[in-house]
Amino acid sequence: MITKVRSHPSQNEPLLFEISSPGKQGYQLPELDVPALDPAEALGAANVRTEIEGFPEVSEVEAIRHFTRLSTWNYAIDLGLYPLGSCTMKYNPRINEQVARTEGLSWIHPYQADSLSQGAMEILATLEQALLEITGMDAVTLQPAAGAHGELTGMLLVRAMLEAQGNPRRTVIVPDSAHGTNPATVRMAGYEVANIVSNDHGMLDTAALERMVNRDTAALMLTNPNTVGLFEVHIREIARILHAHGAQLYMDGANMNALAGIARPGDFGADVMHLNLHKTFSTPHGGGGPGSGPVAVKRHLEPFLPKPRLTRDKARDRDRDGDRWRWNYDRPQSIGRVRAFYGNFGVLVRALAYIQAHGGDGLKRATLDALLNANYLRKLLEPHYQIAYAAPSMHECVFSDSRQAALGVSTGAIAKRLIDYGFHPYTVNFPLIVHGALMIEPTETESKRELDLFAEALIAIAREVEQEPELVLGAPYSTRTSRVDEAAAARKPVLKWSGVMRSA
Amino acid sequence: MTNMYPENFRYTKEHEWVRVEGDTGTVGITFHAQKELGDIVYVDLPKVGTMVEQGKPLGAVESVKAASDLYSPVSGEVVEVNETLATAPEKLNADPHGEAWLVKIRMTAPGETTHLLSAAEYQVYVEAE
Amino acid sequence: MLDTLGLARLEELYAHLPQDALLNRPLDLPAGKSEYEIADYFRARGAENGFFSGFSGGFASFLGAGVYFHYRPVLVDTVVSRGEFLTSYTPYQAEISQGTLTSIFEFQTMLCQLTGMDVANASMYDGSSATPEAALMARRITGRNRILVARSVHPEYREVLRTYTRYERIEVEEVDYDPESGAIDVNQLESKINEATAAVLIQSPNFFGIVENVRQAAEIAHAKGALLVFLFTEAVSLGLLEPPRDADIVAGELQSFAIPPSYGGPFAGVMASKEKFMRQLPGRLVGETTDSKGNRAFCLTLSAREQHIRREKATSNICTNQALIALMATVFMTVYGKAGLRELALQNLSKAHYLGAKLKRRFTGPYFNEFVAVTDDPEAVNRELEEEKIIGGLPLERFYPDLKGSVLLCCTEMSRREHMDRVAQGMAAQETDR
Repeated sequence: MITKVRSHPSQNEPLLFEISSPGKQGYQLPELDVPALDPAEALGAANVRTEIEGFPEVSEVEAIRHFTRLSTWNYAIDLGLYPLGSCTMKYNPRINEQVARTEGLSWIHPYQADSLSQGAMEILATLEQALLEITGMDAVTLQPAAGAHGELTGMLLVRAMLEAQGNPRRTVIVPDSAHGTNPATVRMAGYEVANIVSNDHGMLDTAALERMVNRDTAALMLTNPNTVGLFEVHIREIARILHAHGAQLYMDGANMNALAGIARPGDFGADVMHLNLHKTFSTPHGGGGPGSGPVAVKRHLEPFLPKPRLTRDKARDRDRDGDRWRWNYDRPQSIGRVRAFYGNFGVLVRALAYIQAHGGDGLKRATLDALLNANYLRKLLEPHYQIAYAAPSMHECVFSDSRQAALGVSTGAIAKRLIDYGFHPYTVNFPLIVHGALMIEPTETESKRELDLFAEALIAIAREVEQEPELVLGAPYSTRTSRVDEAAAARKPVLKWSGVMRSA
Repeated sequence: MTNMYPENFRYTKEHEWVRVEGDTGTVGITFHAQKELGDIVYVDLPKVGTMVEQGKPLGAVESVKAASDLYSPVSGEVVEVNETLATAPEKLNADPHGEAWLVKIRMTAPGETTHLLSAAEYQVYVEAE
Repeated sequence: MLDTLGLARLEELYAHLPQDALLNRPLDLPAGKSEYEIADYFRARGAENGFFSGFSGGFASFLGAGVYFHYRPVLVDTVVSRGEFLTSYTPYQAEISQGTLTSIFEFQTMLCQLTGMDVANASMYDGSSATPEAALMARRITGRNRILVARSVHPEYREVLRTYTRYERIEVEEVDYDPESGAIDVNQLESKINEATAAVLIQSPNFFGIVENVRQAAEIAHAKGALLVFLFTEAVSLGLLEPPRDADIVAGELQSFAIPPSYGGPFAGVMASKEKFMRQLPGRLVGETTDSKGNRAFCLTLSAREQHIRREKATSNICTNQALIALMATVFMTVYGKAGLRELALQNLSKAHYLGAKLKRRFTGPYFNEFVAVTDDPEAVNRELEEEKIIGGLPLERFYPDLKGSVLLCCTEMSRREHMDRVAQGMAAQETDR
């Protein structure tokens, strides 16, 4: 019995280009207070375009209706649980949105004088300190724009440090359970990937690591807890093995939501790590971005951090007293910039607001609630779905679809049927080391009520698989679109509107 | 149980097949490969004239959810490429052992096919996976 | 819930972790604050900055240099604040993400219309990181290892290019600007380009605000089998300037399209290219298709290029795009539309030329809404202007030591005549002969 959702008519809406009509406008500019120029005279006729062909022309009402209708076709955290493993789909606090829009923070230019930017720099410095306390590391850069960007930055730091020692080395070890960005990043940093297979318990095999690590190894990229939601209990041994050979431990911080307040990567041996502010620190996913991927390091990597670095000066300036922040470009060993300006400042503001709202105790409490919610779901679902590994789960749990696959129904089909029950699917078929994975991370945001509904839904589907598998295989039934033909989309890609709708 | 894998082909552990006629080897992917990949959407093949080596990358096959490198079963020069796959990659799902051959290679080391699996050996290998 | 798990305390949930890996003390952070206190903290920090308010009584600003002050239509925040857009995830599940997918498809289309390219992606982190991605793309396509980049490309973009290419075995060489026109030195370009060059990277309008002759640069590049990569930082220029139809790859920054300057981020970059290079584009792509009932539907496509499938053989490691920021740009483009974008660009041009005509300009080339003025002591002028709550232009010496005594000024539709007159006055008092 589906109890969480009920159908309701949703508006259709064409593309902007299909509702466009010449002469319609949704804007009004003020009158010019200077003479209007003839562009051809000012720029040369060859430099001036005739018009923007095909560009839409709609009224303000048409615009607001267009985007509002589109929005109603989306699922969102504001509507319900997203059980996506490793994505940490927690509530996006609205106070964060408001403070990010503070005029004095959103309308400042990165090149205005340092003396006119002290408030912004204070925010960055405060966030840096907070992240260092949470991670147990010694220095942090807020420049990278996302997790993958942070990974690249981190690997470039490792490379720079090893080069300074005389040998950059050749390989980086990556577990077979790693997120796809890890091996892609390794290559971009100029290294070769060496794959290490997880053991039967879903964890890194320290004996295998010992055999693999040598003087050619630059680093191991590890996620902890790993992508099956298990804490790598041998983490100190792993760090010891690497350090004994002069290799570095890179920690992918995507799963920090399991650790904040109870364990710190800097304490258990990480040399360098990145954080995903759009995961652990509640900044909104917004349909796919923006994110922010700060990179925190131990002291020995600090000289190589991207420049500029935020520095505090005690210098006086004209009639101003006291300390002053400034951007320090005098960093001879720095790897350079990984992007223009200082970082995704608007995202950093939101993350700081989140940290301030929670405080130290609150962050730990959030972590405990995240662990509780994941384990609660695991307990409810284990009788019906095959748990991938026996070890205790942290903030996410991973099941295999083996019981259902034996009856002809895969994790992908179960995920689609979940949509009919009013939920967004969990992470399907990742990590690759689990056959037909169902990766579930509820986060601390969810109440018992939402979790019970979710468990009920999955249990009902498990029953459907036994009694009428065809029903599950044909799902979803309740959505506006169903069985989107992804193969056709990839075989003959249509990536922009051309005035003609493609036929089935 | 009939063997769906043609007897006169030789097979690799990466799921390519080669049919040798004289000094030309016609190369393709196996039924097992296309089944694992799902709906194939694109094939990336070398140009005519490219030199290839046994066991080294030849190109790639992409499906909606996966991508797989192709490794050449034999060494030699690519003399013909199946252009029909550019507009109809789905042929690889429909007829991987026949119409959807990938390339023809003029072999430089015909003896090296002894390193490959027979149809019976490949069938066993695939069932064990 | 603890009862269900047979546990007495929450702390038991991590009891299996090794003792020596645990943090055995509370986090040393201030206690959690109320909403009111948080709002107050950020307002106070905001007040400590001099910010461009664009409205009467606030600071005025003449800074550009890759980040621009343009009016943000109210509709932009109305739309992106909707929870269905703000709090939704990457549209991997097409059935429940058609809102996001449809708007990205529209975004891709409009970027093609603006740039003259055949295909555009669903955004990159920003223009500065899209630049090396474009260079790497050119390397993949041509198999060559040399990149020529104009020195008039944004200095920080060139820095990022160096960081990304350092370990990719790519040689980056700069082509200087012509000291008269401010555009790329064509003779130097011709002498430096050869058969090992994968691409020529040129920005227009360039960092000095000068409109480049893209066709000419493309001809030179193509004659040697190299690609032409067109970069832009001021998206509003595309409303009026002839698009780079001769380019092979386009990479740029969309911050001008209703994205708050926000001290440098988050912004949204974009990459676009000719159709034949489609499969080499990094980043997400949304494609049109049909569903089982024959309805039009959209989905992420050509995913096999991306990291979650190809892993180390991916076109890039990029995972996050800038969906929400790109949506701001999409709403902006919708509000202004075909006629509005042109009128907006015309206003920018008129304002900048009004001020430019009053000052001694360094370069003779055609300019859009930015230009380089010459003055004795740019820092002194700026300090004076600051007293009157005007943020002056960017002194260029920090990026171009050969351009001491030069300042980069930007005027947009938000610049007011009274402030422009004040700037002209301030710079005239410092006037020097060249």
